[in-house]
Amino acid sequence: MASGKISIIVVTGSHERLQMAAMLASVGAVSGNDVSVFLSMNSLQYFVKGHDQSPPAEGSFGTLMASRNVPPFRTLFEQAVDLGDAKIFPCSMAMDVMGIEPDVLQPWLGEPLGLTKFLADAQDGQVYTF
Amino acid sequence: MSEKKVIDARGSFCPGPLMELIGWIKLANVGDELELLSTDKGSAADVPEWVHKVGHELVGVREEAGVWHVTVRKAK
Repeated sequence: MASGKISIIVVTGSHERLQMAAMLASVGAVSGNDVSVFLSMNSLQYFVKGHDQSPPAEGSFGTLMASRNVPPFRTLFEQAVDLGDAKIFPCSMAMDVMGIEPDVLQPWLGEPLGLTKFLADAQDGQVYTF
Repeated sequence: MSEKKVIDARGSFCPGPLMELIGWIKLANVGDELELLSTDKGSAADVPEWVHKVGHELVGVREEAGVWHVTVRKAK
């Protein structure tokens, strides 16, 4: 039933951008698209188990959002996987730089992936970067 | 015998109500009706769009005292 391919590259550590990426991943996945997410740079720390803090707001909307009942971005990413079969991959380079192993990351993430493979899989689809 | 499940997503913002609905649709039987309650205006437009896109049946959408009631029948 897949109607398209959506590849999302997430490098940000800002709350608003993580939120938007999670919204796109979840709604895209439950609407029948093949969704792949690549987590690298400043984003990956927020997917380490036990790291439950909110990322810093980038602007006034992020501050406003924190005071409202907006679905948490981690929940939305997890729902993208559970309800829409999205795949969320930690960047192998970011893991090397951070010195972490897959078992410290959220269990709903996929195996570490390199950029070359992610880009090869993203071919012919829509690519979004946050 | 199908039954109607009411999902209370009042107070949650987009795409929270949609995700709650989908979670319950997965558990429902074909033919079951689900009524989503939402105070999020965007979801009132977005949820029917999703229902149409994935091929379930939109039974009705109505607003009552600031609460949107979106009723969906699981079609497959």
